[in-house]
Amino acid sequence: MQWEIRAGYKYTRKHEWVKQDGNIVTSGITDYAQDMLKDIVYVELPAVGREVKAGESYAVIESVKAVSDCYAPVDGVVIQVNEALLDRPELLNSDPYGAGWIARFEAVAGYEYPALMTDGEYETFVRQEEAG
Amino acid sequence: MTEPKKKTPLYEKHLAHKGTMVDYSGWLLPVQFEGIIAEVRQTRQKAGIFDVSHMGEFMVEGSGAAEYLQKLVTNDIATLPDSAVRYSPVCYPHGGTVDDILIYRYNREQYLLVVNAANAAKDLAWFKENLGKDVVLADISSETAEIALQGPNSLSILSSLTNLPLDKLRYYHFIPAVELAGVKCLVSRTGYTGEDGFEIYCPAGGAPAVWEALWQAGRVRELGLTPAGLGARDILRLEAGLPLYGHELSETLTPLDAGLDRFVSFKKPVQFIGREALLQQKRAGTAKKLAGLIMLERGVIREGYAVTAGGQEIGWVSSGTYSPTFEKSLGMAYLDHELAVPGEAVEVIIRERAYPARVVKTPFYRRDKNAMGNSRGV
Repeated sequence: MQWEIRAGYKYTRKHEWVKQDGNIVTSGITDYAQDMLKDIVYVELPAVGREVKAGESYAVIESVKAVSDCYAPVDGVVIQVNEALLDRPELLNSDPYGAGWIARFEAVAGYEYPALMTDGEYETFVRQEEAG
Repeated sequence: MTEPKKKTPLYEKHLAHKGTMVDYSGWLLPVQFEGIIAEVRQTRQKAGIFDVSHMGEFMVEGSGAAEYLQKLVTNDIATLPDSAVRYSPVCYPHGGTVDDILIYRYNREQYLLVVNAANAAKDLAWFKENLGKDVVLADISSETAEIALQGPNSLSILSSLTNLPLDKLRYYHFIPAVELAGVKCLVSRTGYTGEDGFEIYCPAGGAPAVWEALWQAGRVRELGLTPAGLGARDILRLEAGLPLYGHELSETLTPLDAGLDRFVSFKKPVQFIGREALLQQKRAGTAKKLAGLIMLERGVIREGYAVTAGGQEIGWVSSGTYSPTFEKSLGMAYLDHELAVPGEAVEVIIRERAYPARVVKTPFYRRDKNAMGNSRGV
């Protein structure tokens, strides 16, 4: 596959990745998503401390051609944002799973995680999307 | 019902160069290749090659051709010499814009009109409806391909394919027959990027050979030719302050609204279509004025966003983008006259938040004719 899909991450149908460590969850966009958006020029990040519901838009990515929302992976609170993206939004293009992470959340106690895709399942999902 | 998408004669070339294909006015065209930002920069610094075969082309011929066009378009073409090109809006009787077009004069009785792809069918109907005596109008769009070669290295690239002295070809002039890669082409020194460059028209069947010859001539490192898509084309025209139909012009926006007064000739002795309404608008003044905007903070100006000053809505964005040349966002907006003044501080409303912006002169970008590739403006 021409897009990297990293093992050890979980994936959403909105082409975002989630990495879970206890009740702390880090999120970003996938290599496929950044390749679809291309040339990312601006990222609007949430305030630290903001409460979010799973599925709610918490950040906005602007590429040259389009505006895209990022969706919160859990019910919880934003505990950290990747401020490097403000000056270097291109990190989302060059290193989406690493230096291009977007935000870290603390899930509310007892939050039940929905079933997210494994890397293998996500690869199948991307192939289906590409086949149209 | 959706009609099947049309492919230009260069479709296979775009696939071979890994173009991201999109539907544009019913045509499958590349929005980008390597990346929009890279294509914009390369075109400004070196050269870019664009497939613009989706544009419509009409031939207007006959002893009544000149008279017909004088009535149809707002600009004066009586002063247009042979082998020269003129830009003109075309208006409805109410002053709204049908399209903005290029008129190529072969001779007094023979003209080529180049129209926007999205308007081609509408234009043809309108031009026929108003057809004069002793004129034949022919739609040659489907058998005509168009390639735009733009950027400071365009002259070197094109000159390597012909012995004709292209350096002598002046801006907005053309050579009706230039043989390129064995294909007879019309070559004009025109473009939609703010750079030096050429637009090349040829029979659809010959387009792949012309494209390939240009590509092979230009791909060498010193010349730095890149294939470029619609994304780069839109940014280049916006940086150059050029209007685009559907954005700055429309059936409800007149050429005077868009500040194109110098392309509306009230002096020509012809009652051109829309003259009365436009004259009335000129006397009364336009409701808004088209102005350039630059963002002072991060964020991207986009079409349709509201513009405010001190919390009061004063207008709306007609085109906006991130500009690779200026590394900030810029756009054009229809604003209240008193605030459409360079230097005025305004705000652009992005997702319900007001972002500071400044009114600036257009064009944002003007090429330096002595030291090519340098930008001035903002």
